Amino acid sequence: MTAEADDAPAALPGDGLREGIVDDLRARIGDSLVDSHIAPNDDLWVRVATASWRETGEALKAAGFTYFCFLSAIDWMPSPYGKGEDDPDAEPVEPDTEIKQGVTGGETRLQLLARLTDLDRHVGVTIKADVPDDAAVMDSWSTLYAGANWHERECHEMFGIGFNGHPDLRNMYLPTDFEGYPLRKDFPLLARMVKPWPGIVDVEPMPADDEDDADADAGTDGDAT
Amino acid sequence: MTLTDRQQLSYIASQAADARLNVELETEGMTLNIGPQHPATHGTLRIICRLDGEQVIWAEPSAGYMHRGYEKLTEVRTFPQVTTLVNRIDWLGSFANEVPFILAAEKLMEIEAPPRAQVIRTILFELSRIANVSLFLGDLGVQMGAVTPVFLAFRDREYVLNLIESATGGRFHPNFDRIGGLKDDLPKGWIDEARQSVKKLMQFCDTIEDLLFGNEIFQSRMRGIGVIPAEVAKDYGLSGPNLRASGVDWDLRRDQELPMAWDKADWKVWTHPDGDSWARCWIRLQETRESCKIVEQLLDQIPAGPVMTKVPRIIKVPAGEAWVSTENPLGEMGYYVVSKGDLGPFRVKIRSASFNNISVVPWVLKGVYVPDVITILASLYFILGDIDR
Amino acid sequence: MVQFAIEIPYWGQSLLRVVGGLVAVLLPAGGIVYLFLFKMMSFMQSRLGPMEAGPYGSLQLVAEVGKWMQKEDLAPERADVPIYKIAPLIVLLSTFLLIVVVPFGPDAYFTDFETGIFYAMAVGSVSVLGILIAGWSSANKYSLLGGLRAAGQLIAYELPMVLATLGVVIQAGSMNLNQIVVAQNDGEIFGFGGLGNPFIITQFVGFLIFMIAVQAELTQVPFDMPIAESELVSGYMTEYSGFRFLIFFIAEFATAGVFAFIASILFLGGWGIPFDWFGWDGADLGTVDNWMNVAGPIIMATKMFILVAIIMWVRFSYPRFREDQLQTFAWKFLIPLSLANIAATAILKVSF
Repeated sequence: MTAEADDAPAALPGDGLREGIVDDLRARIGDSLVDSHIAPNDDLWVRVATASWRETGEALKAAGFTYFCFLSAIDWMPSPYGKGEDDPDAEPVEPDTEIKQGVTGGETRLQLLARLTDLDRHVGVTIKADVPDDAAVMDSWSTLYAGANWHERECHEMFGIGFNGHPDLRNMYLPTDFEGYPLRKDFPLLARMVKPWPGIVDVEPMPADDEDDADADAGTDGDAT
Repeated sequence: MTLTDRQQLSYIASQAADARLNVELETEGMTLNIGPQHPATHGTLRIICRLDGEQVIWAEPSAGYMHRGYEKLTEVRTFPQVTTLVNRIDWLGSFANEVPFILAAEKLMEIEAPPRAQVIRTILFELSRIANVSLFLGDLGVQMGAVTPVFLAFRDREYVLNLIESATGGRFHPNFDRIGGLKDDLPKGWIDEARQSVKKLMQFCDTIEDLLFGNEIFQSRMRGIGVIPAEVAKDYGLSGPNLRASGVDWDLRRDQELPMAWDKADWKVWTHPDGDSWARCWIRLQETRESCKIVEQLLDQIPAGPVMTKVPRIIKVPAGEAWVSTENPLGEMGYYVVSKGDLGPFRVKIRSASFNNISVVPWVLKGVYVPDVITILASLYFILGDIDR
Repeated sequence: MVQFAIEIPYWGQSLLRVVGGLVAVLLPAGGIVYLFLFKMMSFMQSRLGPMEAGPYGSLQLVAEVGKWMQKEDLAPERADVPIYKIAPLIVLLSTFLLIVVVPFGPDAYFTDFETGIFYAMAVGSVSVLGILIAGWSSANKYSLLGGLRAAGQLIAYELPMVLATLGVVIQAGSMNLNQIVVAQNDGEIFGFGGLGNPFIITQFVGFLIFMIAVQAELTQVPFDMPIAESELVSGYMTEYSGFRFLIFFIAEFATAGVFAFIASILFLGGWGIPFDWFGWDGADLGTVDNWMNVAGPIIMATKMFILVAIIMWVRFSYPRFREDQLQTFAWKFLIPLSLANIAATAILKVSF
């Protein structure tokens, strides 16, 4: 740990360092470390048990991850409204509602996500934890990392995840009486509901198209108006 | 809404009662709303201050007047379309916003931009930093009643904006970065013009240093005001110049491996041990100079070759998750991109610098005077679009 | 009393005085706004300033006044309306009261107080009242803060200003402004009377203190905390619009002109030129030629514009102090310095 710190600016983290971090974390929180994933020479993910979310933060802070980067959440349920990127004239496809978690897996629909950085060893770690489906409440990091305060407020507002021990979970962006959690996938994006997106399909004629097509298009436009 | 305000006020009052300073005199405090329409908040940030005389005993920023819901909107956009959105997060240095997102998408696709594109990207990145920070340096005077520097800043910033415009076609929102490279190559004669402009910007830095930083009033307003210790800065996740001004030697341009060209230039990461407003402003001044140096050196090192790798016309990004952050003008800006193999991202978490930088405000404003509120906010340097996204 | 060849009835004299007062206040104010606020500021900031209205934008001010006069006379709902409306007039009134004692020539004055400088210092602070009630009656927190700041600041800087003029009074041996002018133009420095004895040389410290205090009295940068547009929006005039704002605006620059007039009298020899050049005898003002009554105002205006140029130059290039730094500067630096200046002047006056 100290060896890397000494020649810090030159040395960039390797995978050995990341494995060391995972081992160190396992030693500190034991079986609560559910899964880990190392993208070769790139990044590190760990997934911890729901109950030990705060414990993980404490352990990582003790391990040198003193820089708080961000905290957020992911709703893994695919949007029931589709992505709105298809041709609006095409037959609507039945959306795939199967929940598939990403890196390091998961068991619930909502997953909490945070990132911490060790400024001495030049390494970052992404921590994930499942949020229980029935009671979306987690322990707060706000007394551990002061910066988590606002991120948890935002998370509460956008995903409806509660935080135990957070001093002040008021809304940041939305009116106090706003209903719904906008970043959950089942919250419709009204702009898309009202006016479907023309989609990835090119409705305008491409420059390569010949004259006749362009004329025909102009004609139909005229009719429409 | 009236009920909401009343709830908020009673909350403020309860907080203020604890912190009341003049118990013997039984003076009554005053709640001052700085913003959302206030000349010193660069947009619509509202800061609720509880005052005792002119001393702030409790302050709370209230963001959200400009929330545009980009994280939700990205879920219904294709990858190339997202750059149009993220352009508008930090609108003074737009090009720098596109880069980390494009890099994240490239990471997921396991492609890299050609060397020429990497160098040009770095040059434009640093130019947008200059465009952003030079306005900060001018604005610094306005926050303290000196009206002249801001005009000089606007005058010299024009050179940079002209450069960005002639290279990308957009002065403010270039939307020039593409997955796999850049939209176009540089126009003819651009490199010479850039050399001239960078020289002018170096002169601008000297002017500002003479005009503002050498001024005793400026120094007395800045030194020892709004001190943020390194531990607090790391705890709140401050980044960029605000972090380095607290003595933390951390610059993502140097301390991270990215397919960009910063390592090809010889430059220095400045830190300052004090952590006060002065340090934050001084670091930004030095960084503008370093950016000029980087641009100057990289202009000589643009390799020949294409600016775009081969990518399919309709881009589908393979499933996976990637986190890329870069050292943007305001601080660390990162995108956590989750893709499920579709045309668009499944979820994009935008980690913007100002959001964290401003979250320290309640801590740092306790006990300062109203005029210092303005200088501290100015030295923290936020952009509303970067807080609210 | 102005001497005229033909007898003018009393009402005619009064009318002349009113018209003369208006000209003496408003003309310099307009000149200052155009020359310095529009053109000098633009030059310093590498822009052109107004160019469309009239040649080189010289009629811009007329256009601005026209715009302000058209606007509705608004008062905030919870304002204390009568005194809210009267506040700008009080501020402008103090400017007019100040011009009363300013002499523009050996006989070209409105009134000739024996204790003119005392009167000037006294009525100069009437504007504080106007600012304070403007701040209070607007029912706006920023206005209130601005008003209170203004009160604290103007009182703090009243003192060094008075103390700085005391050195001049000691040296001239009179509180009459005309006598001070005579003392300067008739005096001599170590036996050399070719330049007279403008007190800016012997009272240089006093001049600096006076100019700093004037800067603060006028609430110009670096002492513009009562207005402080980046902190308090516009301080005590946040809620004012239309012609009431115009009155504040005129008062600001007219007062700058009047204070520069007084400073030029105290330190630059006022309307006079060294009497030695024309062989006049200062002890008897009757020997001064009558054309000085015409040339005097022009000389005064020149000196006034030079002093205002300094005030504005500082205003456009400096950032502002913080309120407590301003008070510290006044009480711990300027006042001791001006007291020391008085002591030194008095000792030298007695010993020479």
